Parts: sequence; structure tokens; C-alpha cells
Amino acid sequence: MSESVVRDSTPATVPAERYAAGGIDWLLVVAILAVIGTFIRAIYFTPVEATQGPAQKIFYVHAPSAFVALYLAFALVAVASALFLWLKDLKLDRVAASSAEVGVVFTTVVLTTGPIWGKEIWGTWWTWDARLTATLFLWFLFVGYLVMRGAIEDRMMRARYSAVLGLLGALLIPFIHLSVYLFRTLHPMPIVLKPSAPSLPPGMLHTLLFAFGSFALLYVALLRFRYRLAAARDELDAREGA
Amino acid sequence: MEPSVLSAALLIARKDLAIEFRTRTAFFSAVVFGVLGAAIFYFAWDPTSVPALDLAPGVLWVIFTFAGLLGLQRSFNVELSDRAIDGLLASPVPREAIYLGKALANLVFVGAVEVVAILAVALFYSMPFGTHVFALGLLALLAAVGLVAVGTLFSAMVVNTRLAELLLPVLSLPFFVPIVMPAAQATAKLLAGRPVVEVAGWLKVLIAFDIVFVVACTLAFPFTLEE
Repeated sequence: MSESVVRDSTPATVPAERYAAGGIDWLLVVAILAVIGTFIRAIYFTPVEATQGPAQKIFYVHAPSAFVALYLAFALVAVASALFLWLKDLKLDRVAASSAEVGVVFTTVVLTTGPIWGKEIWGTWWTWDARLTATLFLWFLFVGYLVMRGAIEDRMMRARYSAVLGLLGALLIPFIHLSVYLFRTLHPMPIVLKPSAPSLPPGMLHTLLFAFGSFALLYVALLRFRYRLAAARDELDAREGA
Repeated sequence: MEPSVLSAALLIARKDLAIEFRTRTAFFSAVVFGVLGAAIFYFAWDPTSVPALDLAPGVLWVIFTFAGLLGLQRSFNVELSDRAIDGLLASPVPREAIYLGKALANLVFVGAVEVVAILAVALFYSMPFGTHVFALGLLALLAAVGLVAVGTLFSAMVVNTRLAELLLPVLSLPFFVPIVMPAAQATAKLLAGRPVVEVAGWLKVLIAFDIVFVVACTLAFPFTLEE
């Protein structure tokens, strides 16, 4: 092992006020308005699905949340973790931790909205279907990640351990998928991100794409917000330690 | 002269096994836990509606997992007293060798617990022996390698945290899903007398998991040590 110097690329001279909770986080405001717009559009201006009825509308919350959690939040945790082990910059650790926390929130939304829809359409709150099981274990994995962060006092150790766990988690996801898919699956198959053209009428498709966009924006806003909190905490610790 | 990674790993494994062999506390606790678990699980189901043999694979793998965790917990705990880990780190062996040695000792430990647990479950659940002994043994070995690869790394990590005893299962169990699920499914098929071909898919999952995580955990281990 070469010597590893952990550094924090945020300059120490940055005044704490920069992170202070004064002022309004306009990005967050815009993101929340966009999500509210999505809800209004989905409820009032999108056709009701013929066989599923109004229950199908939960799809405009469920699918974008899953997209954000899996493809944005947890992907970023893996990338930031790998980069941390390489560059040893605490900034990357804060990005990974923030993204994991926001990702857990979105996964919780997925795991809450799914059963509500499932009760109406499948007749059961929960079933040990491949996708449900995989999502549940993903949730457990990242909740474990957050629990572990809380259990380590030393800042540098917390960063290193989290990066190792974040990276191993990324390796684990394909295996969980593989093993649960060897069971049969009951979940509706992808209807937008699939090789052939999306099989959704234009009215619904546009609402869904709008939902993807607004949820992604909400993710970015929450990530930024959470990152600032992490940076402020680190700075507080540094000042108390000094 | 620096010893090679492999011989250093063997040396560390021998040291750990010698400690365990002289005290035998962890092994006996794990074995008692396993046999006790097998007995208690029997009463968790109505034996008139579910045949004991149908429960056996699940019981077996749940017991392996938890008994394995008991042993893994100890792996780096023994290095805490008198900060023995500092001695290991100061010794002229590659960091990877420390991990591999620890993992090897754990593999022997988990393997020994597996043997006793299989016998206990076979006895209590009238498991038919004979048909696929070799395939079952291979299955148990592949699963144990995966369990130990991930568990040894996490054991090194949680030992430095608060909540160590609780954190090891919380971190490890999601990683054990792609081990326990194929192992239990394949065990069920083999015990039902199905041909080995039918479990080839599950065996492939286990082999892939073992390769990926032995390599990944060996590479990741140096990052978990204090500099």
C-alpha cells in the first residue's frame, strides 16, 4: 500500500455561513413545485387506464421513484465510493453518504406505493416476486450502510468503511437480481425502458416522462441540500476538534 | 526475506486455528447453537401439514448462516486484546495475506460447524443420505466460501465500531441472500432426488459469487485497516 492521505478539497477557510440554513434553497423550491405539477397533471390531465382504473395513477410516483433510487442515487453511491478509495477526498464521501440517504427515501417511497397499488390490482399487499424482493434487499443494504455510518466515531474510518461497503453493494446488486429472477416474476414488465418502442399512449407517456424529470430534479435538490448539511457537520466537527 | 502471500496466509490461518483449538469456546457455542436451532425450528411448523423433510433445506441454511456469523464475529475480536492486530500489521506480510489467512481459518471453522449442523438436521428431519452426497458437499463448500469471503471483511470492519455484534448481521445478511437462496433451493432439489443438472444454474450463481467476492474483498481489505 502506498501512503494514503485523506484530504478534504473543500477549503478550510470557507466561512460556515456559506452552509448556514439562511436564505431559501431555490432549487428545492422549484423541484417541489415540479413534483406538485406532476401530481396535478397525473390526477386531472391524464387519461384513466381502462382495466386498472384510478389505481394505475400511483405508477407516476412509483416508477420515477424507482428510477431515481436505482439509476441515480445508488449508482452515484457506487461511483463516489470508488472515487473516494482512489482520490481519498472527503468531498466524495459526503456525496456518497448524501446520495445513499436520499436513495433510501426514494426506495421507501417505492416500497410504500408498490403495496398500495398491489392490494388493488393483485389483491395482496406483498408478494415475494423477484423485483419486490430485490428492491427490499437493496433497501436493507443501504439502511445497513447508514446504520454503519452512525456506528463509527472516527471520520476517516467512517469514510473508508462506507466506500468499501458502497462498492461491494454495487457488486452485490447483480447477484441479488440474478438469484431472485431464477424465481418466477409477477411484476409488470418494463414499458418505457425496453428495446422496442414504449407501449404507453402518448398522454400517459408524457405524464410519466414529466414525472421522471421532476423526480430527478427533486433528487438533485435533496442531494445538494443533504450535501450541504454533511459539509456543515464536518466543518463543525473540525472546529470543535481544533 | 518476505514470505509469499500464500505462506503468510497459511501461517495466520494456523495461528487462528491454534487459538480456537486450544480454547474451543467459539466452536462449541456455534455447534450447540446449530443443534439447538435445528431442534427449535422443528416446533415452529405443524408437523402434520408440512413434512419434516420439506423444512430441512431451509432450516439447514438458516442455521449455517447464523452459526457462521457467530464464528466470523470472533475472527477479529481475538485481535483486540492487547491490540494484537498491531502486531499483525507490523509484521512483514502483505495486508492481503492477513485477510486470506483469516478467511481460511474462518472457512475451516464454518466448514466444521456445517458438518455438525448437517448431521443434526439429518437426524432430526430424517434427511435421506446417499443420493447426492458429493453434490451436497460441493454446494456446502461453495456457499461457505462466499459466506466467509464477505463475512471476514465485515468482521474486520465492525470490530472497530460501536454495536459490533449487531452490525455484522445487519451488514452481512443482504450479502448472504445470493448465497442462501441458491443453496437452499439446490439443497431442496437434491434432497428430493432430482438430477444434479437441475441445480446447475444455482451452482453457477454460487461459483460466480465466490469468484467476484473473494477477489473484491481481498482487494478491499487493506482499505479497512488503520494506516
